Amino acid sequence: MDWHAILSQSLQQGLGPVAAVYCLAAIGLNVHFGYTGLLNFGQAGFMAIAGYAVSSFVATWGLSFWLGSIVGLLSAAVLALLLGVPTLRLRADYLAIVTIAAAEIIRQTIGSVTLLKYFGGQDGLQGFVGSFSDLNPFSDRVGIPGVVTWRPYDFWALLVCWLLVALCCLIVWALMRSPWGRVLKSIREDEDAVRSLGKNVYAYKMQSLVIGGVIGGLAGIMSALQHSAINPSFFATDTTFFAYTVLLVGGAARVLGPVAGTVIFWFLLSFLDLFFSQATAGTDPLIPTAIMDSNQASLMRFMVMGLTLMLLMIYRPQGIFGDRRELALDAR
Amino acid sequence: MPAESSSTVDVSAARAALREVPHEPGAKKPDPVVVAHQVRRTFGGLTAVDVDHVEIQRGVITGLIGPNGAGKTTFFNLLTGFDRPDQGDWSFNGTSLKGVPAYRVSRMGMVRTFQLTKVLSRLTVLENMRVGATGQRGESLLRAMFAPFWRGQEQSNTERADALLERFLLIKKREDFAGSLSGGQRKLLEMARALMADPELVMLDEPMAGVNPALKQSLLGHVKSLRDEGRTVLFVEHDMDMVRDISDWVIVMAQGKVIAEGPPDSVMGDQRVIDAYLGSHHDQDLSEEMEEEILAEAQAEIGDNGTPDTVGVEGEQRV
Repeated sequence: MDWHAILSQSLQQGLGPVAAVYCLAAIGLNVHFGYTGLLNFGQAGFMAIAGYAVSSFVATWGLSFWLGSIVGLLSAAVLALLLGVPTLRLRADYLAIVTIAAAEIIRQTIGSVTLLKYFGGQDGLQGFVGSFSDLNPFSDRVGIPGVVTWRPYDFWALLVCWLLVALCCLIVWALMRSPWGRVLKSIREDEDAVRSLGKNVYAYKMQSLVIGGVIGGLAGIMSALQHSAINPSFFATDTTFFAYTVLLVGGAARVLGPVAGTVIFWFLLSFLDLFFSQATAGTDPLIPTAIMDSNQASLMRFMVMGLTLMLLMIYRPQGIFGDRRELALDAR
Repeated sequence: MPAESSSTVDVSAARAALREVPHEPGAKKPDPVVVAHQVRRTFGGLTAVDVDHVEIQRGVITGLIGPNGAGKTTFFNLLTGFDRPDQGDWSFNGTSLKGVPAYRVSRMGMVRTFQLTKVLSRLTVLENMRVGATGQRGESLLRAMFAPFWRGQEQSNTERADALLERFLLIKKREDFAGSLSGGQRKLLEMARALMADPELVMLDEPMAGVNPALKQSLLGHVKSLRDEGRTVLFVEHDMDMVRDISDWVIVMAQGKVIAEGPPDSVMGDQRVIDAYLGSHHDQDLSEEMEEEILAEAQAEIGDNGTPDTVGVEGEQRV
């Protein structure tokens, strides 16, 4: 059992670009769900629309990468408006239904054969990261030698991603300490009470949906850049649920909740994967083949992860950063 | 604003003006703040509210009473924009409120509380109060990110909130989550929060529901103090002691209609009100003759198929 390799690679994942992308997605969900109480189950849709805007602008139409990024973020905002207009006046459940459906519609449409020449069907698009990788100042592996290192492009992607995370955290912090953020939190607690105090609840919910959606769009763009490719499978429903898991592990309605959540989630997921694959490898494995073989081991990480999540929700449902006192107030 | 103009509003004058008003449903008031005309709301086949005409006098406490299911809370929701009527018009200070959304009604100076108290559980008591303040600069998205835009206003709102918390005896709970308050304290908080908006008309939906008797007296005092600082109060209540004690004028609803109006004493003795609450035979002993009489009446109705008000029941039996 090579513990050093396991820990090093787990750390590489926990701090890596994928973790940072999910962190961005979870920050968007935090604005929606954590602060405003909006159940957005279609964060993958926001990610897809922005990610595809960038990659198709460059790869299909040969336009500027930066223009594509701006259009991507704008289209995430437009998607938020489109989803919000019919549903935000209704009960919270309707937004959940509409967003999860919209995300699937977007994914299926983008991957369809009809639009093959624009979006590349199920194979997706490649070769759109030129402008981004040209800015990469690194040429060797970066990191702490002997502990954890990344390939130069990966490090560049993760650096930009974490900087964006820092920026988004700063914005969320600045917004949520303000009276504006207080209205959002009040809406989460009781919409009618807020309405009776003269606040336009609908407008606030819309603003929240747009801001969280744009942050989700940012995650989509970074996801495409980090993979140097894009295809519809990046934006399946489980992407949204991973982002929710990240949010809940860290603690909803806490500025740094998604950051802690994503590091823990990806570290653990990678750690479990490596541990079980090593424990079942070789001629005399740690875990006898009668119990588990190496093919079965790859699924173990999700089983253990699921169990851990259940235990977390039972014994610490407020997440790592959550406030214990809030839980005492279950009754609304 | 009403709080400052308290010296100019004379409660006794407003009460004196009410003395001239006839004790009839829909009576015209000398200085109405709210006027509702032919407001009707149906839920399927049920007519929950069917108010022909009602006016609320400015500067006094008006009680809205009636048996369960009389449509009081529905009428409240209609007036405050939380529900839309099928027809009718209603106005606040002469401005029609038809189609005006609830938040704008509140901004006009007509702030309500709820029968099932709505405190913001996972916010502190102080934050609950601050949300109530109107015209906050920091509530617009662009300015929210930059504290210097709103810090000064926040400071003055906090001072006002503290003063109100002091008055409503909640100052010790300032930093606690609102969800940890008792039922009575929540009622107090909701009332105090409504005052943060400095409303002209305070609408209280069953302020005494679920409040222990000891706290009741202090709540009564608080409601009276609202009137004394120049606000108009309209409240829905079941508690007759409260109605008798503090209201200057009482409106009685039953089955969606306003059936009586007047000062508390005259309303309590009104035959229509007693009938609505207790049924029209409540003061007669059920003697043998009475029993026979009722039986005969009932049999006559069953025998007479054409009677319109029994058609429904009989129709079912015949089929």
